[in-house]
Amino acid sequence: MTHPDGMAVAAEAPRPRRRRLTRAAIGRGTVPYLLILPVVGVLGALLAYPIYRLVILSLQKYTLFELIRHKGVWVGLDNFSSILHDQVFWHTVLRTVIFTVANVGLTIAGGLALALLLVRVSGWVRILLTSGLVLVWAMPQVVAVQVWYWMTNYQNGVVNYVLTQLHIGDFFQHDWYASTFSQLSLVTLLIVWGALPFVAITLYAALSQVPRELVEAAEIDGARPRRVFLDVTLPILTPVLLILTSLSILWDFGVFTQAYLLIGPSHITPGNYLMSIYLFQEGFQKADYGKGSAISIVMLVIVAALSFFYVRKMVRVGEVE
Amino acid sequence: MSARSARRTGWNVVGVAVFVVMVFPVFWMISTAFKPTDEVNSQTPTWFSGHPTVQHFADAIHKPFFWDSVKNSVIIVLIAVAISMVLAFLAAVALAKYRFTGRKLFIVLMIGIQMLPGAGLIIPLYVVLARYHQVDTLTGVIVVYISAVLPFSVWTLRGFILGIPKELEEAAMVDGSTRLGAFARILLPLVAPGLVATSVFAFITSWNEYIFARILLNDQSKQTVTVWLSYFLGTSRNTDWGALMAASTLTAIPVVVFFLLVQRRIAFGLTAGAVKG
Repeated sequence: MTHPDGMAVAAEAPRPRRRRLTRAAIGRGTVPYLLILPVVGVLGALLAYPIYRLVILSLQKYTLFELIRHKGVWVGLDNFSSILHDQVFWHTVLRTVIFTVANVGLTIAGGLALALLLVRVSGWVRILLTSGLVLVWAMPQVVAVQVWYWMTNYQNGVVNYVLTQLHIGDFFQHDWYASTFSQLSLVTLLIVWGALPFVAITLYAALSQVPRELVEAAEIDGARPRRVFLDVTLPILTPVLLILTSLSILWDFGVFTQAYLLIGPSHITPGNYLMSIYLFQEGFQKADYGKGSAISIVMLVIVAALSFFYVRKMVRVGEVE
Repeated sequence: MSARSARRTGWNVVGVAVFVVMVFPVFWMISTAFKPTDEVNSQTPTWFSGHPTVQHFADAIHKPFFWDSVKNSVIIVLIAVAISMVLAFLAAVALAKYRFTGRKLFIVLMIGIQMLPGAGLIIPLYVVLARYHQVDTLTGVIVVYISAVLPFSVWTLRGFILGIPKELEEAAMVDGSTRLGAFARILLPLVAPGLVATSVFAFITSWNEYIFARILLNDQSKQTVTVWLSYFLGTSRNTDWGALMAASTLTAIPVVVFFLLVQRRIAFGLTAGAVKG
């Protein structure tokens, strides 16, 4: 209220004094800072401080013993050099990258196909399909895992039954959890199934913003459907596609719940680690918090680099408004 | 014309087929939950049971710690959502109504934090909370959930506040009411639907959360529903699939109901503005 600028404004125009003074003072003054203070405080205590602790922990030997004493033993960069010299780490990074590429590729391609399908079907099919997608979208991850596990269990899972009935092969008592590839493929199907609704519905909304006249003009000029899609529709979709792709990359790279629970805690081995699981097993389960922190930092740095595009784009949106 | 309608029919068939495949897991969960055990365990599945039963639901809710976990989830989620909505609303007003130094940095943080993978923070949060004796207490999980839903809530609420025409608020001020009065009488009622939608979404996020509840709550009587459900299979060889699906259905119901209520309002929050480029 005693902001110098506010006083100057008030002196120039004495009549609407009270209002102009308040508004000017509020606009340039402390109010917005007071408003964001609680959020900044909470995030400072529960994010900034833990991240600071994370950096410190990664430079320490910190196990259950140190946890009880609340005091780590300084070891410099030993944790980092031990994970960087560990074959398991590099295999896990490679596996997670391949896994992410497969998941994101299938999610985006499938979502785009679904969105294009939604444009082409009749009204009642569109309503039916959209309702189904929203229902799938609403399913909690942990619930979806249980259903997936039940559908694919080797004794009486419905998936084996249906595949056998369709003469795709003999899947009688086929164990889908026997190999790493098969396990991760099931996790991929689960994740793509869960992510498709969000991607498809968002892309459908974007598609409905493609100006009808533009498509018609291209068609009148004799462009084939494929050309219309590539030259008219796709460029308009590109910004949304980029955002959805970067969001999917971030989510799939850091995925934990579905992979950990579907493969099953007792079947998790270094041979089927994904990044988050690697960190959970090596850092948390084995109570080697120093090493776990080093893994976390590597993972957070990778994710920060990956999220650069998305954050920059969204910040621009926030600034314009 | 007939070629066109034939093509439309073809797409409709594909659309219905996709619907069947996508919805099948949900259907199978509910269908299994109501089937008698011998039908559940049969080698040749029945699609709809001729003898539906609610026995599995009774079994599921009488499993140890079911009601404890429901109670814990409700307490954690309600407190976390209530506190974070108040805090997020204040910050959202600041973002929507004021230009201030550091605003851009604040936006960057709100969006950037949402991108952090939860798993990357389990160790420092565990160590910090253990230091202050907040492991195995509901308080520990509540504060973690507050910080988890805050950035998203600030960002979404900001959008809702921006959606209110500025003229309305200005008209109220011209009529002689103070900024606070204009806020309480004009802004708050208009933003209420957005506030409800955002809190429901925060509710769903917290209700579904798994990894932090898993690491911060060891005591079985303190677990949340998702952790309870994840331990349901246990180590026994003879899985009670019927009860597992009944328990899954029960866990999903509140989320699905709430989600259907708010999906339209929130769905585009994550990509808002992207279409316009």
